[in-house]
Amino acid sequence: MADMKIGAYICKGCGIAERLDTKSLVSVATRDGKAAIGREHDFLCNADGVAMIQQDIDGEGVNRVVIVGCSRRAKTEAFSFEGVTLSRANLREGVIWVRPDTDEARETTQEMAEDYVRMACAEAKFLKVPESSGEQGLLRRIMVVGGGVSGMTAALEAAKAGYEVVLVEKAGQLGGVAAQMYKRVPAKNGRQGPVDPEVEKMVHAIESLPSIKVHLNTTVAKTSGAPGRFKVELATESGSSSEAEVGAIVQATGFVPYDINKLPELGGGKSPDVVDQLGFEMLAKAANGGPIKRPSDGKEVGNVVFVQCAGQRSEAPGHLPYCSGHCCTTSIKQAMYVKAAGGDATVLFDDLRTPGATGEDFYRAGQEAGVTFSKGQVSSVEVAGGEVKVSFKDLILNEEAVDNADMVVLATGMVPMSGPDPYLMLDLESARGQNDTARVADLEAQLEGGFPSVLNLDYRQGTDVPHLKHGFTDSHFICFPYESRRTGVYTAGPVRRPMDMAQAMEDATGAALKAIQACENAALGRAAHPRSGDLSFPKFRMEGCTQCKRCTVECPFGAINEDEKRYPLFNEARCRRCGTCMGACPVRVISFENYSVETVGQQLKAVDMPDEFSEKPRLLVLACENDAYPALDMAGMTHQEYSAYVRVIPVRCLGSVNTIWITDALNSGYDGVMLMGCQKGDNYQCHFVKGSEMAHYRMSKIDDTLSQLNLEKERVQTFEVSITDIERIPKIINDMAELIGQIGMSPFKF
Amino acid sequence: MSEVIATNQTILVVGGGISGLTAALEAAECGKQVILLEKSPTVGGRVAQLYKYFPKLCFPTCGLEIQYRRLKANKNIRLLTLAEVTQVTGSEGDYDVTVALSPRYVTENCTACGDCEKAVAAEFDDEHNYGLKQRKGAYLPSMMAYPQRYVIDPRIIGTADAEAAKGACKAGAVDLDMQAQSLNLKVGAIIWATGWTPYDAAKIQPYGYDRFANVITNVEFERMLDPFGPTGGKIVRPSDGQAPSNIAFIQCAGSRDRNHLLHCSRICCMATLKQTNYVRENLGDAAKSTVYYIDIRAIDRIDDFHRKVKADANVSFTKSKVANIAENKANGNLVLHGVDTEGYNRYANEHDLVVLAVGMESTVPAGVFPEGFKINEHNFIELDPANGAIYGAGCSSDALDVNRAAQNATASALRAIQVINRVAGQEG
Repeated sequence: MADMKIGAYICKGCGIAERLDTKSLVSVATRDGKAAIGREHDFLCNADGVAMIQQDIDGEGVNRVVIVGCSRRAKTEAFSFEGVTLSRANLREGVIWVRPDTDEARETTQEMAEDYVRMACAEAKFLKVPESSGEQGLLRRIMVVGGGVSGMTAALEAAKAGYEVVLVEKAGQLGGVAAQMYKRVPAKNGRQGPVDPEVEKMVHAIESLPSIKVHLNTTVAKTSGAPGRFKVELATESGSSSEAEVGAIVQATGFVPYDINKLPELGGGKSPDVVDQLGFEMLAKAANGGPIKRPSDGKEVGNVVFVQCAGQRSEAPGHLPYCSGHCCTTSIKQAMYVKAAGGDATVLFDDLRTPGATGEDFYRAGQEAGVTFSKGQVSSVEVAGGEVKVSFKDLILNEEAVDNADMVVLATGMVPMSGPDPYLMLDLESARGQNDTARVADLEAQLEGGFPSVLNLDYRQGTDVPHLKHGFTDSHFICFPYESRRTGVYTAGPVRRPMDMAQAMEDATGAALKAIQACENAALGRAAHPRSGDLSFPKFRMEGCTQCKRCTVECPFGAINEDEKRYPLFNEARCRRCGTCMGACPVRVISFENYSVETVGQQLKAVDMPDEFSEKPRLLVLACENDAYPALDMAGMTHQEYSAYVRVIPVRCLGSVNTIWITDALNSGYDGVMLMGCQKGDNYQCHFVKGSEMAHYRMSKIDDTLSQLNLEKERVQTFEVSITDIERIPKIINDMAELIGQIGMSPFKF
Repeated sequence: MSEVIATNQTILVVGGGISGLTAALEAAECGKQVILLEKSPTVGGRVAQLYKYFPKLCFPTCGLEIQYRRLKANKNIRLLTLAEVTQVTGSEGDYDVTVALSPRYVTENCTACGDCEKAVAAEFDDEHNYGLKQRKGAYLPSMMAYPQRYVIDPRIIGTADAEAAKGACKAGAVDLDMQAQSLNLKVGAIIWATGWTPYDAAKIQPYGYDRFANVITNVEFERMLDPFGPTGGKIVRPSDGQAPSNIAFIQCAGSRDRNHLLHCSRICCMATLKQTNYVRENLGDAAKSTVYYIDIRAIDRIDDFHRKVKADANVSFTKSKVANIAENKANGNLVLHGVDTEGYNRYANEHDLVVLAVGMESTVPAGVFPEGFKINEHNFIELDPANGAIYGAGCSSDALDVNRAAQNATASALRAIQVINRVAGQEG
């Protein structure tokens, strides 16, 4: 960018001019803020105001625009200029709306406003317009791992949009579990009953499309690179290998049925006539519409009992604690096979879960077909003679009952075929390094029985996609089901969350979209959700780096690798631009063009610091822009009052807060520092997963700094807040102001 | 209003709730041109009216904030509010859409300063709070409303209030001469995401929603928890403003019922479990919750939330479809009659507040779509070749929770993109 030229524009609208001396704000901008141009306008956001700014950009060479008016969240359509940086001093929601309109308050309110002008100008000096790195080209090819219904759907849907697909399946044929099915639960119109799974049709469609390249008997030996430039090594069973370059990845590795041998109390493993749902499905497929014959003696089954929630929805050791979602409709389907062949079928359930319109319609179809549904609690399944005796408590009749069946089907759950949780693996590695035998044993137990790596990611943070819960690789966000902790890698189907076939196909279609989007974004250097479109990426000054590895360890997205000399390798297409690496860096060599140690550090230093005897303390608030800052805006909109001594700086994520900001703030005389971020821990609401948690951890270590400075530790506090804390945040601020009143002013005023 | 540019490579998304927002953003972030239409003055839809989401108990506005930021940052999306589709003709890759635009009477110059609101006297039922609260005739639909722009209620047009609003606006943003407009758009694919409306509880005659003050719906209950809502964040009985101590939640109120909605609305079980949590949070051990249910459909990995609620000593479950409700005139309490099917015992249980877990009714309109368009018997748009490139998304496709609606909307975005890419390929 050419020479820096700041234009500061002070809006007089929305009551700003009535409450503040805007002339003085102009001189603060030009004198203290070093703005080359400072102008006032009655309504800066109207066409005339915007044109005035554009004229200065075009005619005067202004390349750093400072808008002094409303919040950065307001009037974004108006204040959108190409090729220049933009800073916003929030005098409306952040000053006049949170301060009383009294003579007494006028002076401190004006001081607050002037500081925000200084801060915005200070930020402007250090901002640059980000440009993409050009590290990735446009690669419209995706890899799908898993050739079951989910994977085949992802492949077909991506191909239909014009993208090439590399489809990797470890078995010798496509189709997965669905290929073993006789029929499926329909995706629409549940009243029609079971329908053809049409797996062959899908396989045929894939085989006839030249844009889909199928690799059977193949696994992924190594995945390196980043969205837009993933390099994958494929290994076949026969020992040969090949390479492929892909822009994004869909992992659709499905599930295995829970092992019924773990359920002897329900007859699991005791008799060939006690099977799981997949076992029964294969018998139905073999019967192909004729009477189903039972495995023990080939007798045509006249009475089948389906036991729902077998080994699931249960906290018992070894059981699955979750509901697998599909088993109710699957049992109804299979019970309908039995009814169609003239037999009797009973479904023993706890809650019958057939949600939605299609689900409920399918349940109704089962009822109309004459399937018996009983709310019952099975106590035992015993094999005696030619029968399987199911003892249960009939919860409707409130009595013990027995059903003698030809066969029993246990509706066991889905175990996701995810790879090992990378964080557990890293913990294990570190525990072994420290010879912590107890921890090693605990971690080994947690990892036991898991599956081998699926993607073999060549990432600093492990080989696979992190688990959320119970081995599922689901997103933690309700609003963002495809939120991924490994950018450009999306999981779909039962590996992500327990689900039926219709949902898996829907899920795979969505995942294919996200993979396509990742290819397109990578080519343009754009960030993925939640900072969609951001072109900035972390840059680092190698000379200053001490190879401490904190950035590579703390990145919540595993974006940063290490080179042979242990310097960070950023892989910007994997980066989500949260700045956690910047917050982690003890030598402050990491920065973004539009967000850096300086853009925030210079703001807090730009504040005019009254002396120790002025009785005007200064409190710094570093507020997460995702939740805390909007809450502060809404506090303004609802005119909640808070202290005039506070100066708020929005941050990308609390994880980006570098402790130097705290040290600088204390050294420059701030009396208190407050960090406001999102909820951390298991139920985290932090949009960058670990940011808030990292900030809390780092701040727990700030006590040393405080004691070195001989300052009370209460002066620095970290808060978990949410976007709805519209009344609570002002209260927290005011409590802090009161606390500073009690413990006294900082001695570090100059 | 600046010109709306649409071609047969444009995707039209109808409905600005969580599904429409998601579909529009996901498509636009793949580089596609999108027009997003919303009938009301603000996007956000039903989720903006929720206090918390299940099972995480996080706040919906948190996700909306991110979606709005994506929307503000994306130049591929053109958002039109107060816009309703009246007709669609044509076929895949080549649709003609007629859109009726209602006047907002406030221009883009609005700064949302609130001066017009202060100047206006007339008050109306606040839609954001299901009419449990009043709002002014000049209003911002909610604190999170986007576009962040005021609206003048058409009912004050021609009154002194309208002139007062105009007079108060220093930004010159009030335009009382704004007229309804009709717009014709040519688009290649359509994602229909108009969502749902709570089933009209008054139609469930035996439950007395229209007769008994202390019978409310689950969506109304949700609004009570908002600190800026009708009760200031307190759970109270409408009849006397007192905190209830013995609350009944009635599941499948209007769902899974031949006389009402045949389908299961999917969300109501989890919504009730969540709401028992609100009771625990707000009233502690001073209040008990009883859930009357047929099946608790806390499907898949969120079943642990169900188990946690079951372990709460203040929450009990009765497997029963409540037959009818009578009011105890002396205290405004409600007596629920029915049969507990576990053991077949009759009951007449008195509660001091009843929350009806009303179902989702799809709002897919009739008479708008091209001939031969298929809408199923539950008024949902299923994936069907007969529907060309018009795709139902979210609760226009089935009764879905927020997570599944967003998932489904993402899938719909790809279906639309497939069509657009085909059109682009043919046109070169």
